Amino acid sequence: MNGPEMLEEHVGKLVTRMGAVFPGDRAVFRGHDLHTLVKDIDWLELYVFGITGRRFTPEQMKVLHALWSYTSYPETRIWNNRVAALAGTSRSTGTLGIAAAMAVSEAQIYGRGIDMRASEFLTRAKMQVNAGADLDELVYTELKQKRGIAGYGRPIASGDERIKPMMALLREQGLDDGPHLKLAFGVERILLNGRWRLHMNYGALAAALAADFGMSLREYYFFSIPAFLAGMPPCYLDAVEKPEGQLFPLPCRMLSYEGVSRRSWQAANPVVPRDE
Amino acid sequence: MTQESIHTRIWQEEAEPDNAFAARSCHCHGYDVYGELLAHASWIDYLYLLFRGEAPTAQQTKLLEGLAIALANPGPRDPSVHAAMCGGVGGSTSASCLMAALAVGAGASGGAREVFNAMQDWQARGTDLALWQSGLSVKPVGDPADVWPAAGHPAGFDPYGVRCTTPVLQTLTHLAALDCAPSLAWLQANRAALETAGGLPLAMIGVAAAALRDLGFSPEQGEMLLLLLRLPGAAVHALEQKDYGHKNFPFFRVELENDPGLVQGKSERVETST
Repeated sequence: MNGPEMLEEHVGKLVTRMGAVFPGDRAVFRGHDLHTLVKDIDWLELYVFGITGRRFTPEQMKVLHALWSYTSYPETRIWNNRVAALAGTSRSTGTLGIAAAMAVSEAQIYGRGIDMRASEFLTRAKMQVNAGADLDELVYTELKQKRGIAGYGRPIASGDERIKPMMALLREQGLDDGPHLKLAFGVERILLNGRWRLHMNYGALAAALAADFGMSLREYYFFSIPAFLAGMPPCYLDAVEKPEGQLFPLPCRMLSYEGVSRRSWQAANPVVPRDE
Repeated sequence: MTQESIHTRIWQEEAEPDNAFAARSCHCHGYDVYGELLAHASWIDYLYLLFRGEAPTAQQTKLLEGLAIALANPGPRDPSVHAAMCGGVGGSTSASCLMAALAVGAGASGGAREVFNAMQDWQARGTDLALWQSGLSVKPVGDPADVWPAAGHPAGFDPYGVRCTTPVLQTLTHLAALDCAPSLAWLQANRAALETAGGLPLAMIGVAAAALRDLGFSPEQGEMLLLLLRLPGAAVHALEQKDYGHKNFPFFRVELENDPGLVQGKSERVETST
């Protein structure tokens, strides 16, 4: 079968096990009648069920809720939140501002990029340690190859205020002794003892917990997508409720030009007939 | 208090004497935008200047202009335009239609990430045919720690193609004839060998990657430009479908493989509308 023949098989229809709506009748969600399923679960549990197809224990769900709540900062200066707020001060819509802010949260130095790399490192390190590898060696190799370890250190601070309350919750729920979590703290001890002086940040803690709960890398990525969401509407609303254009206005003097000197376009680019 | 500032090598402004928040003059890479470029530069000249920091030659302008025309509208079958039309047909905001086109058209299969990957291949392989052949003979492997899912085919080639399509050949022929296009000329000369090595025909993304390389853009710049240059088609098709309305837009059929309703004797198909 060649390429076009393979595509022909899919024209006009979707074959799926994920779900569908039968308008006026019912909706199916991963093989369950949605309106029966949601009687005993909340929205977040439905969200993670949609990602994983699995259910989590009440204790795990409490922690998964907290993973989002503890990082929901209505702090407009943070770059993703600032996008939502700039949409507000520019009188764009809330949906556009927050959708853009969510997309921007897939960054390399924070958010989804860190989530993925932290999760990949911790799960890989765990497998290698289980196979007999030395954690110190793994950390040194990672630092040498990648000049850092995702989930350790922070772009604008050294410590992480989210870890203490999350650890208290984990102890309360009896979920503070998972193997990935232990390994994540083991990595921190190595990084603090060495010359790097890097503390674990929330990215490594969250990735370790998700791995201890059995989430794959891809499942954790999707779980994390709305992690900052609750902090965004306040940023937008604060800006939209104030007079337009007053959020972080930039006077011309705030542009620090570091480019080439002024020059003449016409002198450098004499007019040439378009057909030459 | 120290005044924070935005550092830029692209844009210089002088304020109006009575308003610090209004520019009296704007210079782009040293050129007076409203005092000179407006009258003497084309849109394509200005686009090139913005990205490269220098004025293009006449041949470079022709190359970028030709590429911009080739990319401006991939047509309503393209997933990025399809996404924009999904916005238009439901009466979504204009920005959301373009955001939809950007999100879908960003991908590693037929989108801007594929251009990025193809341009990285050019950086690594240059015009060394043997390197291309060995690279194309293995399936791309994704980085599990990357937010981008791996593409299932070599960047720049059509995963479902049978032979290089006429528009791709027309674009390659036209652009490769320009004096400033050595990568395109090499691609044209070696297309058959590359297609044999990859087992797939060259795609428009592959032509775009070579053209963007010949224009001196980095993979990151090429990725941005591909996103930008394909927006016109997404915009007009979104607007058009808004006019046609959702009843004239495909809703398709779904076959649910694990429908609990079937067990209970309920309906089994979703048909054409909500």
